[in-house]
Amino acid sequence: MAEILQTNTEPVAKVDVDPVTLDIIENALRNARYEMDEVLFRTALSPGIREQHDEFPLIANPSGKMVVGQFGLSVPDFLDNFAGTVGEGDILLTSDPYACGAAISHANDWLLVVPIYHSGRVVGWSSMFGHMSDVGGKTPCSMPSDSRTIYEEGVVIPPFKLYDGGEVNTAALDIILNQVRMPDWNRADLNGLVAACTTAARRVTELCDRFGVEVYLSALDALLERNYQAMKVLLATLFTDGETLEFSDYICDDGCGYGPYELKIKLTRHGEKVHLDFSEAAPQAVGPVNYFINENLVRMFFGIYVITVADPQILWNDGFYPLIDVTIPEDSFWKPRYPAALNARNHGIGRVFDLFGGLLGQTNPEILNAAGFSSSPHFMYSGHYDSGPREGEWFQLYSIGFGGVPGRPMGDGPDGHSLWPSFVNIPCEYLESYYPLRIDRWETIPDSGGAGLHRGGNGVDVAYHFEQPGTIAIHDDRWLTYPWGVNGGKPGARGRKWIKRASGEVDVLPSKCHDVPVGLGDVLHFVTWGGGGWGDPLARDPELVALEVRRGLLTVEGVREGYGVVYTANNEVDAEATEQLRARLRADRDELTVFDMGPPIEDILARCEAETGLAAPKPPVDIRRVVPS
Amino acid sequence: MTYRLGVDVGGTFTDVLLVEEDTGTSYRAKTASTPQDQSIGVCSGIQKVCADAGIELSDVAQVLHGTTVATNAILQGRGARVGLVTTEGFRQVLQIARSYVPGGLAGWIIWPKPEPLAKLEHTVEVPGRIAADGSVVTPLDEDRTRANLRTLADAGIEALTISLINSYANDEHERRVAEIAAEELPGIPVSLSSHVLPEMREYERTVTTVANSYVQPEVSRYVRNLDNSLCENGISAPLSILRSDGGLTEASKAAEDPVALLLSGPAGGVTGAVWFAEQAGFPDFLTFDMGGTSTDVALVLDGKPRVGRETAVGDLTVRATSVDVRTVGAGGGSISHVPELTKALRVGPQSAGAAPGPAAYGTGGTEPTVTDANVVLGYLPSELAGGEISLDVDASRTAVATIADAMGLPSVEAAAAGIVDIVNENMFGALRLVSVQQGFDPRDFALVSFGGAGPLHANALGRLTGSWPVIVPPSPGVLCAYGDATTCARDESARTLVRAFSATTDDELRGVIGELADSAAERLATEGVPRDQQNARYQVDLRYHGQGFEIPVELDPETLDGGDLLAALGAAFDAEHKRLFSFLLDNEREVINFRVTVSGPRPDVAWQRLDEGTDDPSQALTRDTEVWMDGAYIKAAIYDRDKLLAGNVVTGPAIVVEMDSTTLVLPDHAATVHTSGSLLIRPLEG
Repeated sequence: MAEILQTNTEPVAKVDVDPVTLDIIENALRNARYEMDEVLFRTALSPGIREQHDEFPLIANPSGKMVVGQFGLSVPDFLDNFAGTVGEGDILLTSDPYACGAAISHANDWLLVVPIYHSGRVVGWSSMFGHMSDVGGKTPCSMPSDSRTIYEEGVVIPPFKLYDGGEVNTAALDIILNQVRMPDWNRADLNGLVAACTTAARRVTELCDRFGVEVYLSALDALLERNYQAMKVLLATLFTDGETLEFSDYICDDGCGYGPYELKIKLTRHGEKVHLDFSEAAPQAVGPVNYFINENLVRMFFGIYVITVADPQILWNDGFYPLIDVTIPEDSFWKPRYPAALNARNHGIGRVFDLFGGLLGQTNPEILNAAGFSSSPHFMYSGHYDSGPREGEWFQLYSIGFGGVPGRPMGDGPDGHSLWPSFVNIPCEYLESYYPLRIDRWETIPDSGGAGLHRGGNGVDVAYHFEQPGTIAIHDDRWLTYPWGVNGGKPGARGRKWIKRASGEVDVLPSKCHDVPVGLGDVLHFVTWGGGGWGDPLARDPELVALEVRRGLLTVEGVREGYGVVYTANNEVDAEATEQLRARLRADRDELTVFDMGPPIEDILARCEAETGLAAPKPPVDIRRVVPS
Repeated sequence: MTYRLGVDVGGTFTDVLLVEEDTGTSYRAKTASTPQDQSIGVCSGIQKVCADAGIELSDVAQVLHGTTVATNAILQGRGARVGLVTTEGFRQVLQIARSYVPGGLAGWIIWPKPEPLAKLEHTVEVPGRIAADGSVVTPLDEDRTRANLRTLADAGIEALTISLINSYANDEHERRVAEIAAEELPGIPVSLSSHVLPEMREYERTVTTVANSYVQPEVSRYVRNLDNSLCENGISAPLSILRSDGGLTEASKAAEDPVALLLSGPAGGVTGAVWFAEQAGFPDFLTFDMGGTSTDVALVLDGKPRVGRETAVGDLTVRATSVDVRTVGAGGGSISHVPELTKALRVGPQSAGAAPGPAAYGTGGTEPTVTDANVVLGYLPSELAGGEISLDVDASRTAVATIADAMGLPSVEAAAAGIVDIVNENMFGALRLVSVQQGFDPRDFALVSFGGAGPLHANALGRLTGSWPVIVPPSPGVLCAYGDATTCARDESARTLVRAFSATTDDELRGVIGELADSAAERLATEGVPRDQQNARYQVDLRYHGQGFEIPVELDPETLDGGDLLAALGAAFDAEHKRLFSFLLDNEREVINFRVTVSGPRPDVAWQRLDEGTDDPSQALTRDTEVWMDGAYIKAAIYDRDKLLAGNVVTGPAIVVEMDSTTLVLPDHAATVHTSGSLLIRPLEG
C-alpha cells in the first residue's frame, strides 16, 4: 500500500458551486482530456498510437474517481499494489494487467499514473495508457497468436516510479527498453504519454488557481453526483424492475485451436440498481484471447450505450458506478488466472460492444444496431531488407484493419470504417514509402454487408504485395461465427485471409497466426468482415439498391438473393419481377426475429472446413488440464 | 488620387469600403446581399460608396474581394457533378475515407456519413502504376483509360479530378490521363492532384482535388459574372480575390484554384485586424470574430497570421493553406437549453440564425439566444444606433425566463448572466486552442475583437484570457472589407520530398526550394507584381522519422542564401517540438514538404487619424442606462462612438454604440480611444 505524501493536510471545505461555474469546469476538463489525446497523437512514433490512436486518457479526483476520460482505472487498487511513497513530481509506470486490477488488459499497454498537486496537497490524478507496438517477446509486435502465458508476450513492467520527484529513472528505463525491438518507438511514445499527463496536471492546477481548490473539488463532487442522478432516472425508465435480459455472442477461436468461446451477459434491475452478471461466461481460454476486464470498465461501456442517446454532451465520469453491480467470475474468459496469456484481447473488447448492443437494444430500439465491426484486426509484417540500399536494415509494420459498420436505426452502416473513435487507416502512400510493399487493391467487397432496410457496411479487401522476404502475423476473428443482423436484417459476410504466392499457389491462413514466411511477389489478401443488416431487406427501395449496384457496392446476383431485386438482361431493374419475387419471398419466410445470428453453431462447425478451408476448432477445455500449473 | 475598393459579401449584408490610398480616408456602404446574383448587391454598394465619396466609378484602381461563394457551394451542396479518376484498385478511396468515424466511443451509432463530393458511380479506374520512388511499375493502359473516361462523358459530369497513387512523386500518368480527357471530355475543367496538392497521402490529396473540381464551375461563373457586371457598370479596375491564406490573387487564377478560397471570408477579418492592430502598435494578438451563428478565432504573431495546412468547411476537411482559423458554434443567435436529464446549462451549437432570429428581433424567434441574454442584462440598448432595429425586451425576458425556470434560478437576469458566462467560456475554449494548446501564453497577446457580436463579449474574453489590451477596431462589422482592401497579392508553390537528414544535402534542398520559388515568383509576376518587388517566405515541414505529423518551420532567406541549411532546419524544428510538446528525441529528423509563398508589397494606404480630445469623453455621452453586473443593476453610460475623440477614456461600466456593433466596457475597466480609431480596453490599475 503506497503512502501519499502531502505537505498540506488541511481539509478542504466543501462549498456550494453555482451551476454555471459547474458547467464551466465540466467544459474545461473535457478540453483538457482532448488536449491529452492531441499531445500524444502528434508525438508518437509507434504506429499503434500514431496512426491508430490506440490510447486512453483519464483525469481523476483525489480519491481516484474518474471525472473525465474513458477507461477503468481504480487508483486505490493501483496504489494497493505499489509499496512506497508517492509525492510531487512522481510518475508511476506499469504494463502488468495483473498488478493494476486490469486497468490495462495486455502487456502492450503502458500505463502512467501521475499525482496532481496544488499547494502541497493532492487535488487529483492524471493517467493515460497507450498500446506500444512492440514490447519484446517471441514475435515482432509482441502478440504471439499461440501464447499460453504472459511470459511469452514481452516485458511486463510492475508498477514503479519512472520519475521520482521529477527525476527520470534511467537505469530502469534502459533495462525495459533493452527488451524491445524498436526502443525508439517506445521512448517517443512514453515521452508523449508523460507530456500528455503533465499537460492535464497543469490544466487542473490552473483550474484550482482560477476557482480555488474548494470550488474545484466541490465541483468534481457535483459532476459525479450529476452522473449518478442522471443514471438513476435512466435505469428506471429503461429497464423493468426484476426482469432479466440476456444476450450471448462468440469469440471464434483462441489461436491454440479451441473455440468458439461463448460469452453471455445478463442484466437485471433491482430497485434503483442494475446487476450485470458475467457468471455464465466461457472458461479461461488456452490461447491469448482472454479479455481481463475491470469492473469499472464494464460500468463505463454500459453507461456509454445508455447515456450517449440521452445527453451526448454530458461529461463521462465514475459518478454513476455505485448504481451498477458487476459480477465477473474468477478463472473465466473475463478474469483469467495469472499468468494466462492476454495479448489478443482486442477481439474481446470489440465483442463487448456487440454484447451490450444486443443486450440493451432488446428494450431500447433506438440503440439496437446489428453486429458491428467489433474488433481491431491486426496485420504485422517484418524482416530484414535482403537487397537494395537498405540491405540488412530491420523493418517492422503494425497496422489495424477496418470493416463494415453495422446497419443502424439511423441508416446504413458505413463501408470499411472503424467502430473505434479516432482510429484511421495508414495511407497506402505512407506504407509504400516506409515499407517494402505495394498495395495492389484497397476496396470494399460488394455484398459483404448484411442485407437490410439499412444495409450493413461492406468489409474491406486490402491486397499487400510483398517486395522483401519476411514474416507476417495476423490477429482477426469472425471467420467462423457471423456478424448478426437485427429486426429482419441479414448477417454480414465473415472475414478471410489468404496468400497468393508468386508461384501461383494459394495458402488459406487462419484468422490468428504469426511467423508466416512471405517472399517477393507474394500477395496477401486481408479481407475483413461486413456489418450485419438492420430491418427487412425486402423493404429497401429498389432504386437505392440499383444505385448501389451501379456504385459497385452490391452485385446483380447479390441483390436478387439479398433484396429480392431482379435485373433484366439489359441490366435494368425489372420492377414487376422484383415485386413478384419480393411477394414470394415474404410469403415463404418465417416471421422476422429480432436477431438473425446465422446458422446454428453446430451447423457452422460441421461446415467449417468446407466453407472456410480451415479445420473447425475444438471445444474449449478447462485450462488446468491443458497447461500444467 | 488612387482608390482601393474592398468588398465583402456576407449572408445578409454586402459591405463595401472605399479607401483613398494617400490619406487613408475611407467611405463605407452597407447594402442588402443579393444571393440570386451577388454582383447586383456588390455593384449597387460600389455605386453608393462612390457617390458618397464624390468620385467617378472609373477612379477606382482596384477591386479587392473576399468571397464565400466557394464555401457556400460546399455547405449548400451546390457544387458540380465531379468525375474522379483513380488508380486501379483504389476506386473507393473517398468511400473508405481513411475509415475514420468522428465522435467518442459509440459515436458511430449516431454519425451520419456524408456523401463523397465525387460520387462512386462517377469514379473510374485506370490501369497503370507508379511506385513510391516515382518509378513506373506498370505503364498506363491508354486504351482502357480512354474507354473509362468515355463512360464519364455519358454520365454528364461537369468537372474532372485525376488523382493517381504516388503522383506526388511522379505526375506523368496524371498528365497523360489529362491529355486523353481533353480529347474525350472536351470543355470539362480538369484538376490534377499532382498540381492542386503534390503531397503524400492519397485520401487527403484526392479529397482536396475533388473539392477543387466541385467548386470550380461555380467559382469561375461567379468571378466571370462579377467581372462583367463591374465592367458594364463602368468599373474597369482589375478584380482580385482574397485567398484563405490572406493574400490576394487575380480573379482568373482564383477560378483555377478555388480550393484555396474556402476560408476567404474569415481570412479577410484576420487581415483587417492586422491592419488596425498594427496602427495601435500591437503586432502579437488573438482575433475574435463573433457573428450570429459562430465565432472564428486566430493567432497573429509579429503581424503575420498563423497559417495552417488544413481547411475545414462543414463536414469537409481538405489540405489547403489557410489562416489557422478555428470555429466554434457560438454566436449571438446560439440557443441555450437545459437538458431534462442533467439540468446542465448548454448554449449552442443550435442557432436561431437570421430566421427566426433571437426573440428580441421580433421576427418569429421564441427561443432564448445569447443576444436575448444580452438584451435582458441591458448590454444591448433597446434602440440600436441608426434606429434600424428596435429590440423587444419583453420577448427576450420571456425567452430567457424558460431557462431560469428549468434551472431553478432566482431571476431572469441570473439566467441571462449564466448564458453569457457559458458562451464566453465556449469561445475561451476556442481561443485556448490557438494559443495555450499551440504553446503560446495568451497573456503575451492583445485581443482584437470584431464581427457584429464580438465587441459585446470582448472585455469578458480579455478577462478570461488575460490578453490586454482588448482592441475594438473602428467599424468592427466591416473589418473583412478593410482586410480585403489592405492586404497584398500572393502565390504559393509546394511539393513533397521525403528525405531523412542523412540522405540529403543542403544543395539538394536549395535546388528544390529554388525551383518552387521560381515558379511562384513567375506566376506572381504575370499578375503584375515585378520580381524585384516580391517578398518570399520559405516553409519546410519536418518530423522525426516515423512520426505521423509534421511540424512546419520557417526558413529565413539568409540561411537559404548561404547558411547551414540542414542545421538551421534542425534547430528550428527542435525549438518548435520542444515548445509544443516539451521534449525532444534523439531520433533522426526528416524533411517532408516544402512551400514557398511569394507576396507583393503591402499597398501603401495611409492611416486615418481621429481628432485629438482630452481624456473626458462627455461630448459623446448619449444617456445613462442600467445594466446587470455581478448580481445587481448598476448605472452605466452609453456613448456614441462616432463622437469619440482620440485620447478619450471611457470608464466602465459603459456601452459604446455605433452603426453595426456595440462595445461593452466592464466595471473596473476603461477603454482608451486610440488615434487610429480603435478602442483599447484595459483593467484599471489597483
